Amino acid sequence: MLAADRLIALALMGFSVIVMWYAQRLPVGWEAETGPGAGAFPFWLGLGMLLASGAILARSFVTRPHSGETFIPDADAIPQVLGVVGLLLGAIALIPLLGAYIALMLFLLAYLRLMGGHGWLLTGILTLTTPVFLFFFFEVTLKILLPKGVTEPLFYPLYAMFF
Amino acid sequence: MDVLALLADGFAASISPLNLMIVLIGVTVGIFIGAMPGLGSVNGVAIVLPLTFIVPPGSAIILLAAIYYGAMYGGAISSILLGIPGASTAVATTFDGRPMAQKGEAGLALIVAAVASFIGGTISVLLFTVFAVPLADMALAFGPAEEFALVLLAFTTFVGLGGDDILKTIVMICLGLVLSTVGLDIISGEPRLIFGDLPGFYSGISFLVLAIGVYGVGEVLYTIETSRNAPMVTPARLTFSELRAGLSKMRGMWRTMSLGSVMGFFVGILPAAGATPAALMSYGVAKSISKRPESFGRGNPEGVAAPETANNAASTGSLLPMLTLGIPGSPTTALLLGGMVMWGLTPGPMLFVEQKEFVWGLISSLYTANVAAVLVNIALIPVFVWALRMPLTVLCAMVLVLCIVGGYAPGQRLHDVWMIAGFGVAGYLLRKADYPLAPLVLALVLGPLMEKSFRQTMIAEHGDVTVFVERPIAAVFVAISALLFALPLIRALRRGRNGSARPAPAE
Repeated sequence: MLAADRLIALALMGFSVIVMWYAQRLPVGWEAETGPGAGAFPFWLGLGMLLASGAILARSFVTRPHSGETFIPDADAIPQVLGVVGLLLGAIALIPLLGAYIALMLFLLAYLRLMGGHGWLLTGILTLTTPVFLFFFFEVTLKILLPKGVTEPLFYPLYAMFF
Repeated sequence: MDVLALLADGFAASISPLNLMIVLIGVTVGIFIGAMPGLGSVNGVAIVLPLTFIVPPGSAIILLAAIYYGAMYGGAISSILLGIPGASTAVATTFDGRPMAQKGEAGLALIVAAVASFIGGTISVLLFTVFAVPLADMALAFGPAEEFALVLLAFTTFVGLGGDDILKTIVMICLGLVLSTVGLDIISGEPRLIFGDLPGFYSGISFLVLAIGVYGVGEVLYTIETSRNAPMVTPARLTFSELRAGLSKMRGMWRTMSLGSVMGFFVGILPAAGATPAALMSYGVAKSISKRPESFGRGNPEGVAAPETANNAASTGSLLPMLTLGIPGSPTTALLLGGMVMWGLTPGPMLFVEQKEFVWGLISSLYTANVAAVLVNIALIPVFVWALRMPLTVLCAMVLVLCIVGGYAPGQRLHDVWMIAGFGVAGYLLRKADYPLAPLVLALVLGPLMEKSFRQTMIAEHGDVTVFVERPIAAVFVAISALLFALPLIRALRRGRNGSARPAPAE
């Protein structure tokens, strides 16, 4: 936990520096007529964040908070969490290629079958009904088109039917 | 009376078939979300918000408010039946709700929780009706200087009263404000913080993206990690005789419940406080004024009624500053506020002048939502008991799918979906390291207002910062802010002198 606390404080300090670097490309001081420049707000807040996260880092060396605790108390949970994050990122990456429907079906299939350990029946029902629900809710009702990728031609008959 | 006439008009709108149906759907969805361990009102509103474009804004806010309300009722269900709070607001309900369920009184506990929620909700909506107009009238006199001071006050309450690590709270407020400046500058029109010149950042970071990331994806990751060993559901029987017994038992608790309602309402108004501390405080007060304090924690129905009245009252209370001042009292109301801005409504005092129908439609729908919630809750208890047996992996998979599609739908940019995933992972890690997430979301929502009001004041006053202490209302806010900011320091000094550590206030 102590190491994680320090790493996160360092990461936040790093982010503050990035923010300040981007902000100082715009005026950060007083501008005649228009008052504080466009970069002023992010710059000074970035500085505040840098100071506060720096103080957290410094404090961790003085008081050593949480030194007895572990960041992830249950080590068995790590593969689960990493697996879900991996599946999520994979699904988002596939959306532009295979379209939202195929990508989400693959996501559900992998998640329910591999991580949830559910039977084929439940997995199958959820994997097949979710895209149908999404199509009718988003495309037919809300008129919001989801990305289709290479599966676009498959939807032409459906468009013809519902629009 | 003027208010009554407006309220009557509001009722005419809120009992239209469409709105009545929306209230019923909203409270049912809300109770369901609230009952699911890990998911609370804020998660429910964050996940459902992108789906509200199908209905007109007046109905959309009613839907969200009904979900908000329903989740407050639903939180008690898993507190009682599983022993784990369905939402952080229902933590105090487990203290006596769980022992009652173990004694075989789960049905009674559920009835007490539902009726207490109803009473808390009703009393607080009455208080809301009374206070809303005077507060909005007062706020009409606010200029940019007052607005800035008020936002400052909202943030300093997190520092002074939030009860979290102060440095980490400050970091989260700054981070949220910095993220709110991404995009085109409102005054000069220049692009700011366009990381890596990605076009996706030009339109800024929507609060929705942060909210879905933190409260959708982040919450799922947290739930996966913390509750993999599914707890046992206690069976609950519900008979009419139990219902009657429950109602008669509650007659003796009027003092606890009215106290809990009033206290919950006023604690709910404070930006940093909200429903969780209100419920804990109400539980503490009920215990200390009880004739049999030793029975608390061992299955005393009064220990269920006290927090349940308070958390519902607080959820109404936190709507008050959101609607009248444009300053949300809780993360959930911050999302409602963001939603209103998205639909083209500006929360704040002008809403009471320009959008009378919207305001009173919402207020009257709080009354109908309350009635609907208590009826749906009691009628559908067997369904919710059954739903609690749903495997966690199924729930998490559905929530993640909704996060992806719901995050894509409003802006139709895949960039937003990537941001959601990023915020989800970052939020999960930050939460594990004890960084409070509520100030982050609130800062992102209030950031544009804070910056705009500050720069407007500075331009008008030619850079003279003393204006914030010269205008009386602004000066009061700034003074309270300074006090709240100093509070943790004073506390630390006192503690150092007395050498006795006071327990940190609960989250």
